Amino acid sequence: MITVKKLDLSVGARTLVTGLDWQVRAGECWSVIGPNGAGKSTLLRTVAGLRESDGGTVELLDKPLASWPIEELARQRALLPQGRSDAFAYSVIETVLTARHPYHNAHYWESDDDYRIATSALQALEVDHLAERDVRTLSGGERQRVAIACVIAQQTPLVLLDEPAAALDLAHQVAVMRLFHALAHREGKAVILISHDLNLAHAVSTHALLLMGDGRWEAGPAQDVMQASLLGACLGHPIEKVMHGNRTLFIPAEDPVHV
Amino acid sequence: MHIPTPISSVHHARPVDVRRRTLRIVGALAAASLAAVLFACSIGSVPLTPGELLQAAGALLGFSDVSLNATLLELRLHRALVAFGTGASLALAGVMMQALLRNPLADPYVLGISSGAAVGALGAMLFGALAWVVDAAALGGAVIVSALLFLLAQRDLRGGLPSDSNATSLLLTGVILAAGCGALITLMLSIAPDNRLRNMVFWLIGDLSGAQLRWMPWLVLGLAVLYALRSARGINLMAQHAEGAWTLGIRVSALRQGLFLSGAALAASAVTSAGSIGFVGLIIPHACRFAFGPDHRLLLPAAALAGGGFLVLADTLARTIVAPQQLPVGVITALIGVPVFLMQLHHIRKK
Repeated sequence: MITVKKLDLSVGARTLVTGLDWQVRAGECWSVIGPNGAGKSTLLRTVAGLRESDGGTVELLDKPLASWPIEELARQRALLPQGRSDAFAYSVIETVLTARHPYHNAHYWESDDDYRIATSALQALEVDHLAERDVRTLSGGERQRVAIACVIAQQTPLVLLDEPAAALDLAHQVAVMRLFHALAHREGKAVILISHDLNLAHAVSTHALLLMGDGRWEAGPAQDVMQASLLGACLGHPIEKVMHGNRTLFIPAEDPVHV
Repeated sequence: MHIPTPISSVHHARPVDVRRRTLRIVGALAAASLAAVLFACSIGSVPLTPGELLQAAGALLGFSDVSLNATLLELRLHRALVAFGTGASLALAGVMMQALLRNPLADPYVLGISSGAAVGALGAMLFGALAWVVDAAALGGAVIVSALLFLLAQRDLRGGLPSDSNATSLLLTGVILAAGCGALITLMLSIAPDNRLRNMVFWLIGDLSGAQLRWMPWLVLGLAVLYALRSARGINLMAQHAEGAWTLGIRVSALRQGLFLSGAALAASAVTSAGSIGFVGLIIPHACRFAFGPDHRLLLPAAALAGGGFLVLADTLARTIVAPQQLPVGVITALIGVPVFLMQLHHIRKK
């Protein structure tokens, strides 16, 4: 689905990623892991086409990203950006309906189908009871789930999520991560998500991409890349891997200073 | 898509309802605007009854001889139509500027386009220019400020990919240009001879008494309404998602350019015909958004109609309230606008 070759990313004078060769296929769920400022969001925005690369190429379905007309691109990939600012009092259902825009061409109004798809996306995120609420009155977690519902309603084969579980309570963190796993596993979509929760990331991902923050990176199947030593080096704090039943847990090693 | 798709029991508006509601509201506002124009035609130093109005209309259309009533009707109708066009332009420009800057407090004057027009108009008045020269100078001033904005704020208005979600550099550039124009206006007012000062102040407040019915503002308004309806969906997306609208297939930079140019043209044409009438471009978009919701597919036509009707009524009030003296209409809009806006703001904060 996505083929990245020799990709360089930099912000100002800082080099974030150098020479990234990366392939994401349909049905794969990738976690992008790295410390703050390592370029995770920059990478996601680049793959979304919102930002030009600083070297190398990004191809979507064997066609350079820049040569996609943006209307067609909008039917191929959806992006959940980080942070939201709502200036106007749109209702939740109106917000989710905007995600249907790529399918309307010149129509002035949405169709019955769009309403059905938007409503079921709200149901999938358990926010359908908020449909008529003003988005500005929602709590942070509710607003985040509405934003994820937008991404679902866009119905694209490539789904890009920047910290989708941020601001969610524990139950909904687990629920949305399951949903993303299902998107990849059952519906054959390619999912790329940024997460700071190693355990949730490990539970749902088939693959992982580690950004070290100094240009280096590691990409591969989750069980190969998500190793305690690699993760510790990546995140700048020693990490221990614990087996609990058949689950793998990552916990930060105890800080020797306080022992 | 394998997510279950039963229609839920949630009572949200169905598409057909939304369409019907839009038609109903726009139809009601159009009828109200027509009623406002008829009211404006019948009220004045010599009131006209509906029968006389009909007769006078017949005379104007050439069915009978021209009477005094027909002349009265013609004068009042012209003035009401100018008021309607100006009010509609200002309200539409207000909605566009608010969407462009993603800021509900923006108005058609926030970017300094009207201040540029004021510098031009007052400069011409200072040298005792003819009325049409004053209008041309106002238009020139508005065009110069718009061109400056377009050149300086290129980061927000041009380029392929969107950069800043709220067009901050455009807003700041506009505010500074407006401040500069404000200084020039004060300078001209302070050196103006007394006999010209009154006209200059009236122009600044906004006055429809000398306004002439011309086709140019209607052409601008017509084109802007067409553009607004064509891009209403995109405006909704930009208002909600900022640069995220790009990932949904909206050319954000092109839309910003279109909104900027339409808003600037509307503000320039309104200010050129009637001076800088305040508050219509701020209050009407707000009131409409409050009453009908933020969907621009309804908001844009509704605000245009409501703005037009409102200014027709405000102008009727301005020329009758202390008759035979005429007040500048800008005084009336501000006197109505300030309390209404404060009430609304307070209500929003209480919610």
